[in-house]
Amino acid sequence: MTANIARWPGAELGSKDLENGKVTTQRYRPDAKFAWSAGEAMSRFLAELQQGRLIARECKNCGRILFPPRMFCEECFRPTDEWVYVKDTGTIETYSISYLDTDARRITEPILVGVVSVDGASPKMGIMHYFGEMATGEIRIGMKVQAKWRPAESRVGSVLDIEYFRPLHGVDR
Amino acid sequence: MRVGIVGVGVTPFRPTTPEFSWKELMYDGAQRSYADAGIDPRSDVGSFITCAEDYYEGFGIFDEFTPDQLGAVLRPMHTVGGDGIQGLANAVMQIRSGLADVVVVESHSKASDILTFTGIVAHGLDPIWNKPLGGHPNYVAGLEMDAFLRGSGNRSEDCAAVVAANRQTALLNPIAAYGARVTKEQAAKSPALWAPLRQLDASTLADGCVVLVVAGEAAARKMRSEPVWIEGIGWASDSPSLETRDWVAPAYATLAAEMAYRLAKVRDPARSFDLAEVDDKFSYKELQHLEALRLARKGHAGKMARSGDLAAGGKLPTNVSGGSLGCGNVLEASGLHRVAEAALQLRGEAGRLQLDGVRRAVVQSWRGLPSASGGVAVLGVGR
Repeated sequence: MTANIARWPGAELGSKDLENGKVTTQRYRPDAKFAWSAGEAMSRFLAELQQGRLIARECKNCGRILFPPRMFCEECFRPTDEWVYVKDTGTIETYSISYLDTDARRITEPILVGVVSVDGASPKMGIMHYFGEMATGEIRIGMKVQAKWRPAESRVGSVLDIEYFRPLHGVDR
Repeated sequence: MRVGIVGVGVTPFRPTTPEFSWKELMYDGAQRSYADAGIDPRSDVGSFITCAEDYYEGFGIFDEFTPDQLGAVLRPMHTVGGDGIQGLANAVMQIRSGLADVVVVESHSKASDILTFTGIVAHGLDPIWNKPLGGHPNYVAGLEMDAFLRGSGNRSEDCAAVVAANRQTALLNPIAAYGARVTKEQAAKSPALWAPLRQLDASTLADGCVVLVVAGEAAARKMRSEPVWIEGIGWASDSPSLETRDWVAPAYATLAAEMAYRLAKVRDPARSFDLAEVDDKFSYKELQHLEALRLARKGHAGKMARSGDLAAGGKLPTNVSGGSLGCGNVLEASGLHRVAEAALQLRGEAGRLQLDGVRRAVVQSWRGLPSASGGVAVLGVGR
């Protein structure tokens, strides 16, 4: 229906009108800065990431391997018991092929993003990340993938120490 | 139907808590409260309420991040964007309306995660009308202190007496972050920051978590601890406009108290309570709130502070916990902290702070600058 309307009533405002002070505006940039304590569980998790390892916590009550690690089991509501390393391999649970960047601009090379359930952790435990070294037509749910780590010297203790997950086939193990 | 507090959990308040994430801090508060009540949150709780403000947490839609650490996974859960007493009022309503028998109320401060607290407070000012003026937002407290002292006849020395009393009594409170042997003279001579407000007139931020378990009468009687009954509760807001609100007498506190007193059938507040916990995020606020709640006659709160009427053993022991000045400003958890301190006194479990014969207490909260909102609760045992 809107396609039939050549010109909407009223005066259109563009960004230039705002920049040039053509309309009354009020600019305010809040001074809102935070530095969150990662706490016991995530601090260890991030330190291990920097070493190229993934770590989880085990709850001996329900037997689940909780990843990312937490110091309490949210199902049993009790402290978790032990640190457990999990693998850097896993399975694609769900994915999306994003044709827009964060500014909602069209991109020619789509971004592959999804959730990987990590081998060694309990079901529904995993990490959301990017996928690489695979074609858009190749990605599928159930695909086995492995973390592509950044070089040790450029890791900083962040989930981006993993560049992306790539297909497990063809990986020299 | 009566509603009682059956579980009290308070983590020690500290200037910083780098060892805990905000989730781990909440878990610590929750497990203390559930142990006190003797309940399993996974099976014994009908509803969970948190009281939080996104800008204090530093990320959006904080309510979504609360279930895990409270044992509330896949259970009814919601967040009140306000002070803990406002959350407690929600719990009372849920229980009295039959929605739940047992409700958990949580609030916390992880203020040490906020790098620019002043900027956060300033961001609470009106974007078109006040923000362009810039400057430190605490001048709002200076304005109010000036108006209150002039309008009520209280004196700045009385505010210094409040500072000294609350900092000193906090030395007896194991959860307090800022207990110190501060004297009236020290407080009166500390640097003027937003005159007449001086440095020591302002409370200091702290990290901490408070969790309460609240239950209807039948359920409460089956729990481990002696219920502390919520006899009345109320909340109110004055105008958000700095130019419109009443600077001398805080209308939000008066209205919230009227609501709570009506429910609790309190007719003569000055003679009805063995203990008061009223907001003291700034020293003058304690005096202002005492008068708003009709616990002190107009212009006489300062005299009560000077003469020892507000101390342990006085006519109306007030903020013997140390309040926000002595324990630390725990933001939206401040109201729940006061409820917790009063509940422990009513149960006879306040340790070295314990007063004799505490049967009925009044608790009041204020959301802090630049708000004009708060709540009041009347608590009692027996009867």
